[in-house]
Amino acid sequence: MKSVTVKRMVVAAVSTVVFAGAALAADISGAGATFPYPIYSKWADAYKTQTGVGLNYQSIGSGGGIKQIKAKTVTFGASDMPLKPEDLQAAGLVQFPMIIGGVVPVVHIKGVAPGALVLDGATVASIYMGEITKWDDARVKKLNPKLALPGTTIAPVYRSDGSGTNFLFSDYLSKSSPKFQSSIGANTSVQWPVGIGAKGNEGVANMTTQTDGAIGYVEYAYAKQTKMAYTQLVNKAGKAVTPNAESFQAAAASADWKNAAGYYLILTDQAGPASWPITGASFILVYAAPPDAAATTAALKFFDWAYKNGGKMAAELDYVPLPDALIQQVRATWKTQIKGATL
Amino acid sequence: MNTVAAISPKHAAGQRRRERLFRGATLGAALLVLALLGGVTLSLLIGAWPALAHFKLSFITREIWNPVTDQYGALAPIYGTLVTSFLAMLLAVPVSFGIAIFLTELAPGWLKRPVGVAIELLAAVPSIIYGIWGLFVLAPVLQRHVQPWLIDVLGPLPLIGKFFQGPPFGIGILTAAFVLAIMVIPFVSAVMRDVFETVPDVLKESGYGLGATTWEVIWQVVVPYARTGMIGGVMLGLGRALGETMAVTFVIGNAHRIGTSLLAPGTTISASIANEFAEAVGDLYTSSLVALGALLFLITFVVIAAARLMLMRLERRALGSA
Repeated sequence: MKSVTVKRMVVAAVSTVVFAGAALAADISGAGATFPYPIYSKWADAYKTQTGVGLNYQSIGSGGGIKQIKAKTVTFGASDMPLKPEDLQAAGLVQFPMIIGGVVPVVHIKGVAPGALVLDGATVASIYMGEITKWDDARVKKLNPKLALPGTTIAPVYRSDGSGTNFLFSDYLSKSSPKFQSSIGANTSVQWPVGIGAKGNEGVANMTTQTDGAIGYVEYAYAKQTKMAYTQLVNKAGKAVTPNAESFQAAAASADWKNAAGYYLILTDQAGPASWPITGASFILVYAAPPDAAATTAALKFFDWAYKNGGKMAAELDYVPLPDALIQQVRATWKTQIKGATL
Repeated sequence: MNTVAAISPKHAAGQRRRERLFRGATLGAALLVLALLGGVTLSLLIGAWPALAHFKLSFITREIWNPVTDQYGALAPIYGTLVTSFLAMLLAVPVSFGIAIFLTELAPGWLKRPVGVAIELLAAVPSIIYGIWGLFVLAPVLQRHVQPWLIDVLGPLPLIGKFFQGPPFGIGILTAAFVLAIMVIPFVSAVMRDVFETVPDVLKESGYGLGATTWEVIWQVVVPYARTGMIGGVMLGLGRALGETMAVTFVIGNAHRIGTSLLAPGTTISASIANEFAEAVGDLYTSSLVALGALLFLITFVVIAAARLMLMRLERRALGSA
C-alpha cells in the first residue's frame, strides 16, 4: 500500500519536472544590460499573460550579455553600449535598438530648485576633471546670470560600478571637451581624477542628497522618482533643455539612423533644438544565422510585440519608446539580415 | 560470552566492508577540498595570465586603473584592502577582547546569556545590511559630526595630521574600516569567549587562592593560557575583513587612488571586482580583474600561513618553558 503511494508520488514528481522542462524550453532566453531590465520584465509579464510565452532575462550587465551571446548560451544579448559594425560582423551578430533612456545631472546646492541650474557639457567636464571647484565659479555664473550661487566646494559623485550610465555620461563629456576625451575618455567605467564613487543609481542619488555642494548623474527615472534637483543642459544647438520624455525622443528622432551601419549610433550630443544631450538607446543582439531559428523567431516576435504594445508601459516606467520610423527600419533589418527567422 | 558468540564471521566481514567504505568516503571528502583548492588556484592563474604577462611586475606597483586606455595597476586596491583591514582590526581587537573578558570573567550570571546571544546574532546579519546601514546611517553621522571634528582638531597636528585632512565626504577608507570593525567584532569576540571558557577553573582559583586580583588573574592566568586561541580568533576576523565585499563597496568611495588622508575615498580588491566585473568588456580588462582576485587569494594565504607559523612558534615556546 505504502509503496504504491510512493510510486505514484514519484510518477507525479517526474511528470511535473518533464512538463516544467517543456515549458522552460519554450521560454525566450536572454541576458545582458541592467538598465533596461525593469521594462523588459514588465513587458515579459504582459506578454506571458497574452501569449503564454515567458522571458527568462538575466540582468548580468552588458559585458556579460555580450559574452553570453558570443558563447551561444542565450537567444539574445542586451547591451547599453552598441557593438561596432566590424565586431558584429566578426561575431556573426545583428544589433538593433530596443528602448531609449536618458541620464540626468543632479545637484545638491542650498537654494537651488530642481531645473533651475543650467550647465553645459564643457562645464560639467571641467567639474569632473577638478578644474572647477566652487559653485560660484565664473563659468557656472555665466550660464546662470540670475541665480544666486553660493561659494560651496563642489563634490563630484560618480557611479563606481561599470554601467551604461557611465558610458553615456563619459561619452557626452568626451564629445563636449577635447581635454576630457584625451585625459579620461568614454567607457562603462573610467578613471575619474576627483570625486567619490557610489554604487548604483541609488548610491549616487543618496551621496548627492547627503553632501552639500554635490553633483551626480543618474538615470532619468531615478531623478524623477526621487524628486532630486536635476539640471538643464545646453545642447549642441545652443538651447538649454529640460530632461523629459520629449527631449529624449527628440534626440532619438534627430539622429541619423539611416546611415548608421549596424545601428552603431550613440545618441549623446545630437543636433536639434529640443534634443537632450545625454540620451542613449539600449541594444539587442541576435545571431545573423541562428543555430535555433525557432528560438530566435520567438524572441523577435516578443520584440515586435513590445514595439507595437509596449510604449505605454515604457512611459509608465519613464523609459522612452523608439520613434515609429526607426521601428519600421528595424523590422526591415530583421527581414533582410536574420536568416531563417519568420515573423 | 553470549555477545561475542553472536557476531558471526559473515557479519564481521560486512562490518569490515562498511568500515572500508566509510573510510573511503571520508577520504574522498577530504580530497575533494584539495581538488577544489587546486582548481580555484589553477583557474585564477589561467584567467589572470594575460594581464600578468602583459603588465609583469608593474601590475602590483602602479596606481593607474584606466579601462579606457587598457592600463591596469593594482596598487590602489591592494593598499585599500590592507589599510582598511588593519584599521578594522585595530578597532575591533581591543573591543572584542573587552567583550570576551567581560562575558567570561566579570559579567553577572543573568547578563551572560543575553549579551552572548546578541553577539551571535550580530554575526548572522548579512553583510549587505551592514553596507546599507553604513551608507544611510553611519556615513551621514560621520560626515556631520565626527569628520569635521577630526579635520579641525587632528588635521593641523604634525605627523598624524595628514591622515585627517580633506573634505568630509562621510564615506572613505575610515568609514569602511569602521563598518568592517563592527562586522568582525562578533566573530572575534565569540571565538575569544569560547577560548577563555576553556581555561580550567582550578587554574583561576589557584591564582585567587594566592591572593591575586582579578586583573592579575586575567593577565597572568587566563590570557597566557588562551593565547593561541585568541590569535586564531583574530585571524578569523582578519580573513573576513580582507575579503568583505558588499559592505565595503557601499562606504569606501570606490576611487582607484591612494590618498594619504584616511577620510579620502579608496577601493579594495573585492570592491573593485564587484563594481566592475559585470560590465567589463575586453580580454585585458577582465583578466586584470581576475588577477586582482588571485592577489586577494595570495594575500589571504600569506595571512593564514603567517598565523599558523606564529601559532607553531608559540606552542613550541610553551612546551619549552613547561
